Amino acid sequence: MNHTTQLSDRRSAHGGNGAATAVPPPAAARAGRRPASQQWAAWGFLAPVTLYLALFYAYPLYRNIDLSLRNYTVRSFVQGDAPFTGPQNYLTVFDDPTFAPALFHTVVFTAVCLVAQYTLGLVLAVFFNQHFRLSATLRALFLVPWLLPLIVSASTWSWMLNSDSGVVNALLGAVGIGPVNWLTSPSWSLTSVIIANIWIGVPFNLVVLYSGLQSIPASLYEAAALDGANAWQRFWRITFPLLRPVSAITLLLGLVYTLKVFDIIWIMTKGGPADSSTTFATWSYQLGFGNLLPAFGPGAAVGNLLVVAALVFGLIYVKVQRKQALS
Amino acid sequence: MRRTTGRRLTSAALTTVVAVVGTACSSGSGSSSAKGADSGTYTIWDPYPQFAKGSAWAKLLDGCGTKAGVKVKRTAFDTSDLSNKALLAAQQDNSADVLIVDNPVVSTLAEAGVLTTTEENKLDTSKVDPNLLAAGQSGGKTYGTPVGANTLALYYNKKVLKEAGVDIASVEDWPSLTAALAKVKGAGKKGITFSAIGTEEGSFQFLPWFWGSGAELTELDSAQAESALSLWKDWLTQGYAPNSVINNTQTTSWQEFASGDYAFAENGTWQLANAEKAGFDYGVLPIPASGGGNAASPTGGEFVTIPVQGDTGRYAVSQKLATCLTSTQNLYDTDNTLSYVAPTGEVQDKQVAANAALRPWVDAVKSAKGRTSDDLGTKYPKISEQMWKAVQAALSGAQSPKDALAKAQSAAQ
Repeated sequence: MNHTTQLSDRRSAHGGNGAATAVPPPAAARAGRRPASQQWAAWGFLAPVTLYLALFYAYPLYRNIDLSLRNYTVRSFVQGDAPFTGPQNYLTVFDDPTFAPALFHTVVFTAVCLVAQYTLGLVLAVFFNQHFRLSATLRALFLVPWLLPLIVSASTWSWMLNSDSGVVNALLGAVGIGPVNWLTSPSWSLTSVIIANIWIGVPFNLVVLYSGLQSIPASLYEAAALDGANAWQRFWRITFPLLRPVSAITLLLGLVYTLKVFDIIWIMTKGGPADSSTTFATWSYQLGFGNLLPAFGPGAAVGNLLVVAALVFGLIYVKVQRKQALS
Repeated sequence: MRRTTGRRLTSAALTTVVAVVGTACSSGSGSSSAKGADSGTYTIWDPYPQFAKGSAWAKLLDGCGTKAGVKVKRTAFDTSDLSNKALLAAQQDNSADVLIVDNPVVSTLAEAGVLTTTEENKLDTSKVDPNLLAAGQSGGKTYGTPVGANTLALYYNKKVLKEAGVDIASVEDWPSLTAALAKVKGAGKKGITFSAIGTEEGSFQFLPWFWGSGAELTELDSAQAESALSLWKDWLTQGYAPNSVINNTQTTSWQEFASGDYAFAENGTWQLANAEKAGFDYGVLPIPASGGGNAASPTGGEFVTIPVQGDTGRYAVSQKLATCLTSTQNLYDTDNTLSYVAPTGEVQDKQVAANAALRPWVDAVKSAKGRTSDDLGTKYPKISEQMWKAVQAALSGAQSPKDALAKAQSAAQ
């Protein structure tokens, strides 16, 4: 009650101009009406996006957290009466012998992919920035990995890397190198999925960094060239620093994409052999859906760890951005 | 009411996850909402997306519907997708009226309280072979009836064996099989291919050797189990089996065999039609046990079940539909299209009479064993996951068979 009056008071004060001319001040109740309808309109405009966010982002996130805090069996999943167990699922996950390797693989996979994709993307972007003949065609060709459905590219990679009939081993054999068990040896499987993922991720980096390069004024390069800077210096003194904001967002997006990479690994190795290419993303799926008897609780817990990891890096990004804006 | 919406949302979210990260080959035709609007429509879910609308299977379903005086709405799912879909539907109290699922899933769904027992739904299972029915039994209750059965055996390429000078009659236990593989390799051909992938398929393929060694699923680290895993491991080390088996599904393994270079392939009844098309002379041999005789192989194939409904009045018609699907003539037709062995002796005899080549398969099915049998029920999925992990660890060289199985046993507890 109190709250409402206060609100309408403030509204009438705020919407002062319009209300004062249209409606005589003594009628306090009527004075509040028009701003209130504005208020409704504002909510009306806000409603679709709020509803959308709540339905498709907040609620699933809430459910995933809820799922990770309860002890779900198939029975309680169907009946909906899973007991609340607090952090038990998280403890189970931390305690699992798969946890340490999965964490290590996730970090290695993400770091190596990110660095390689960014470096290759930048090199190619600078290269294509030269505007030579056919550069547009070649650039378009580089986008192919991005356009292919993941199931197609991952299956193709797994055929190429097949130990016995794969084209990669055939090529290696032609130059006298013995066959490598790309997908079936614990020491190679992670490398194989990293290679495939880099191939898929380069176009994204190329496109974003290329568009970033377009926004660097050519006059800077001309001035630098007049001052006697060579190509190497021009890259490190002009291109790289001016590309920093674009690089930051590319790396952040790349990080989020790479953390959650699932399809490629699942199709190529199923996280195996012997967990040697298991990351948090595949482990979460394995727990929740990879078995006839799903473990939804621990699966959701692993998924949440991934969300938290992405969130942490997002916050770091925001902080760095703010620092840059201030300086 | 709110609760229902909540559940629906959860399931929507989860379904999205399944759809996004899942097998990407789900082929559900249309909506996954099971219940038709009116009571005259009955829904049937099956794992046979390969059968399109005009297929004999789809016509059979419609025919059974007409006989029961109702309209049938059929939805086909990819088999790996179906158990999750069934659980989600049950959570929303939106289950199909008749659900056809892979047999090891039955005990899980029963444990979840999703399925009615044969006492409740009055399905007659008296004609079904007991070893096949066992996969659908748990805690003394039966939760459905098999629509057909399949199992594993060894396909062999007669030409490759002849060139290597192997007499197939000499292959009767593990040592003689390994000796045959050595001869084949010596002749410059490839030995054997199977599927040891890190999924249920891998466990399914390992089980005949596991059981054939005398091992029990309750004791993964027994000496017998170790001998079975060592057999596979040695084949890989010696080059009798290709390294790619670690990532082979049963389909990719079959493709290797179909290339004509391999002497043996472990594969299922359902490949018979493809074997005819392979373009070389093949034979079928039951998988030998370590010391001779036939190893028990795991039963595959689906069960017709009737999920729990809010409106129990629907069971009577559902029972009519299920009975129609598993009637003698329909079993015969269905199992011939699926390339399965029928679950009843009567229909099996009919199948063998029509096609003598089915004889070894009928024998193999008779000695087969359900994965969830021996009252393992929902313990099986856990054991199976550890078993395929151990197989992968040993074959890829990450661990010795002994260590891998010891680890599996302690994790499966």
